[in-house]
Amino acid sequence: MPQLLEGALVTLEIAVLSMVIGLFIAVLFTLFRLSGIRVLNAFAVSWIEIARNTPALFQIYMAHFGLGSFGIHLSPYAALLAGIAFNNAGYLSENFRGALKAIPDTQTRAGRSLGMTWLQSFRLIVMPQMLRVAFLPMTNQMVWAILMTSLGVTVGMNTDLAGITQALNARSFRTFEFFAIAAVIYYIIAKIVTLGARLIASRMFRY
Amino acid sequence: MIEIENVRKSFGPLEVLKGIDLTVKKGEVLTVIGGSGSGKSTLLTCINGLEPIDSGRILVDGTHVHAKSTDINKLRCKIGIVFQQFNAFPHLTVLENVTLAPRKVKKMSRAEAEEIAIKQLNHVGLGEKRDVYPSRLSGGQQQRMAIARALAMSPDYMLFDEVTSALDPQLVGEVLDTLKMLADDGMTMILVTHEMSFARDVSDRVAFFHQGVMAEIGPPKQIFEDPQNEETRKFLSNVR
Repeated sequence: MPQLLEGALVTLEIAVLSMVIGLFIAVLFTLFRLSGIRVLNAFAVSWIEIARNTPALFQIYMAHFGLGSFGIHLSPYAALLAGIAFNNAGYLSENFRGALKAIPDTQTRAGRSLGMTWLQSFRLIVMPQMLRVAFLPMTNQMVWAILMTSLGVTVGMNTDLAGITQALNARSFRTFEFFAIAAVIYYIIAKIVTLGARLIASRMFRY
Repeated sequence: MIEIENVRKSFGPLEVLKGIDLTVKKGEVLTVIGGSGSGKSTLLTCINGLEPIDSGRILVDGTHVHAKSTDINKLRCKIGIVFQQFNAFPHLTVLENVTLAPRKVKKMSRAEAEEIAIKQLNHVGLGEKRDVYPSRLSGGQQQRMAIARALAMSPDYMLFDEVTSALDPQLVGEVLDTLKMLADDGMTMILVTHEMSFARDVSDRVAFFHQGVMAEIGPPKQIFEDPQNEETRKFLSNVR
């Protein structure tokens, strides 16, 4: 049990890191798409298309074995993180795009008319409103990221919840027990994230 | 002083400003009237550089609004504008709405910005509402907040683009009172409006726009009682 809980921490760590990286890239992509610069837009769109329309498992494979065949060797941890962050960035960008549509242009215009730069209006006026609209989908993506970490076993990840469960199972053959306990832990983490998000939302978005 | 010289502006094939010449002196209150699509709102958004122009030029205190070398953000601090839609920032309280630009653009401290904001909010009669979110305000209150927000930047000029058009009739009065007060304070203002009696009361001059041309300009008495232009006459007989 303590081993499983240690694994759960690693799982959570990867999920959180992958979300942070994913969010950062998604905001960047949103700016790319707004910039009107064709190369940047095309880059963002290609990434998003691939991330959303190919299996997450393949994305993690690519980060590990795919890059490996080009001589770039990532550890299972790094490959798993990269794969999930890649996936998160794609989905979150799309969420942001939808959220952005919900914010009228006149908000930016009002900001600009007060002497703000375009970037200031985006950062101070548009983005906070966008995050509110995108908050629930973001929570879903976070849960999805937690569950995706279990795919790490396929690239040799053995320190996260799924990896440790797998190892314990291999040693003891008590398959049902270990996987059932791990599933319950996944469930609890996912629930805590969802409830936590709801709490944060009620504090942050009082308007 | 705002100097508008032979300004032309098209949206695609539609020419909305067909060579406008107009000068507004410090302290003057100019109202612009005219039918929809006459170009009056476009002119306002051109004055603070929100819209580019095709030819001609606009000078604000001698600064060329559309020149590449002009720091437009700095210039906009001088020119407040309030729109038909109130454009409140919904995620910020009333006080935060008003302090945002002074803090981020003028780099004031929070205390400094709040002092100015509270003064402006009291001025427009919203002192009590400073900690609520805009969604809790009526349309008239939101519009007055937008006015306070623009005033907090201590502009030299204020532009008002049909600021009462989106309001319920019973809320129009409170906003007009605020505008009247500003005019009495000596603020230089250009107002695009459909409120004719208001235009007559507060304006130093009234300009009538028709199909992208300034058909007539003069003191309110002349425009409303003895219009020289046929289109002005037609327009006024329709709105009254």
